[in-house]
Amino acid sequence: MLLLPCPFCGARAETEFVFGGDGSVAPPPEGENASDAAWTEALYFRDNPRGAHRELWFHRHGCRRWIAVERDTVSHAILRAELLVPSARKDGQA
Amino acid sequence: MRYSLLSLVRNALSGHRHWRPAWRDAAPKPAYDVVIVGGGGHGLATAYYLARLHGIGRVAVLEKGWIGGGNTGRNTTIIRSNYFLPANAHFYEHALKLWEGLSRELNYNIMFSQRGVVNLFHSPAEREGWTRRYNMMRLNGTDAEVLTRERLAAMLPELSLDPGARYPVLGGVIQPRGGVARHDAVAWGYARAADRLGVDIIQNCEVTGFEIGNGRIAGVETTRGAIRAGRVGLCVAGHSGTLARLAGLRLPIETHLLQAVVTEPVKPFLSRVVSSGALRVYVSQTAKGEVLIGGPLDGYNSYSQRGAWPTVERILAGAAELYPRIRRLRLMRQWAGVMDMSMDGSPIISATPVGGLFLNGGWCYGGFKATPAAGWCMAHLLATGATHDLGRAFALDRFRTGHILTERGEGPQPHLH
Repeated sequence: MLLLPCPFCGARAETEFVFGGDGSVAPPPEGENASDAAWTEALYFRDNPRGAHRELWFHRHGCRRWIAVERDTVSHAILRAELLVPSARKDGQA
Repeated sequence: MRYSLLSLVRNALSGHRHWRPAWRDAAPKPAYDVVIVGGGGHGLATAYYLARLHGIGRVAVLEKGWIGGGNTGRNTTIIRSNYFLPANAHFYEHALKLWEGLSRELNYNIMFSQRGVVNLFHSPAEREGWTRRYNMMRLNGTDAEVLTRERLAAMLPELSLDPGARYPVLGGVIQPRGGVARHDAVAWGYARAADRLGVDIIQNCEVTGFEIGNGRIAGVETTRGAIRAGRVGLCVAGHSGTLARLAGLRLPIETHLLQAVVTEPVKPFLSRVVSSGALRVYVSQTAKGEVLIGGPLDGYNSYSQRGAWPTVERILAGAAELYPRIRRLRLMRQWAGVMDMSMDGSPIISATPVGGLFLNGGWCYGGFKATPAAGWCMAHLLATGATHDLGRAFALDRFRTGHILTERGEGPQPHLH
């Protein structure tokens, strides 16, 4: 059982959370102008590390915020956890 | 020694002192035509078909531990070919046909029991989905039947059909030719048969690097020295990403946990494999009498080979709802394997960007039933350099070209497959 340190709620059991996948991947910054190869990499290819892994969790039965967690995929030790703050877009849109 | 009734009687009468090891404990030679990394069912089947069908005998299978000690020895031994998409349907049906003749082919009893695999449905929407899929199977030439509640009651007398259940059973589907086999015996049978054709099976030999020059593979580095080979096949599902990284490749694969548990043994009461999508659990009874219970992934990336309790609790609740009589049984063992979860839920049998390096992986939680056909296609690929017709859809390239093969359509989210 994972005990995830939510920045708002404190350490809570994994059953309160929803896993949101690999947090190290992002859509290519060029958006729709990005090449097919860039989109293929972002959509399908993963580092899949044996060790520290950055991943997203949603605290469904708690504060209902997304957090970014760095967790070891062999020992399951939690190395870091922080609130996920969406980065502001350069063009000023939300 | 060929196994037969005569050999059994002769050894029984001589006190079982003269059985010989089923395969040689080979030491690595400096060079081979083909090196296969991974001594599970897939690697050993690949070696066997390379020698048997393609006449390539200078083959080594390298295993970091002991053969069949990874996912081959951890799966829940179910064999079925109930797939919807034509590429998957034909591939798994070919596997099932090979299973049907495998004990005889290998001269090794793999205890293949075609007891039928039942999937239950609990809602009209599920019924439509399963009926569509099983009708598609019939169009593809695979055996498939839809079952009413009455037929289910006759077939599975202990199954709870209580209309007051949280998810009442409305009916089910069955693939009668599906079943189970003894997983260790599959590894041992292929190992013995491959060894007799000259394949070297080298245990306690971990691959630590690849020798690559001008974009082509030239050999592997191992804990027992360097081995030269112009063609190398990776059959290490669960650890494909780790091995591929040594060759400088990134894959469309994540590694996840899948658990199973067995109870203490009891008298036979469950003659088929029974699975429920709504309860996310499947149940069968082993030849030893244990009730074998499996379910979905733990749901987050892990290489730990240890599962967590929330999943155990969930699958046990589901199993007890299907079979209330097992509530009082004690659990004997609980374990987890690490799965190569591909981004579209379908396997990869493919050439890679490195010349001469081929990948067999991404099996998600369905690798065991594929063993003979995966070995068959992988051997063809290693021997000829060309993809076998049955494995054409499983190329690594499909993620770039957009020809992804997704049975359920969750999108590239392996933890949801």
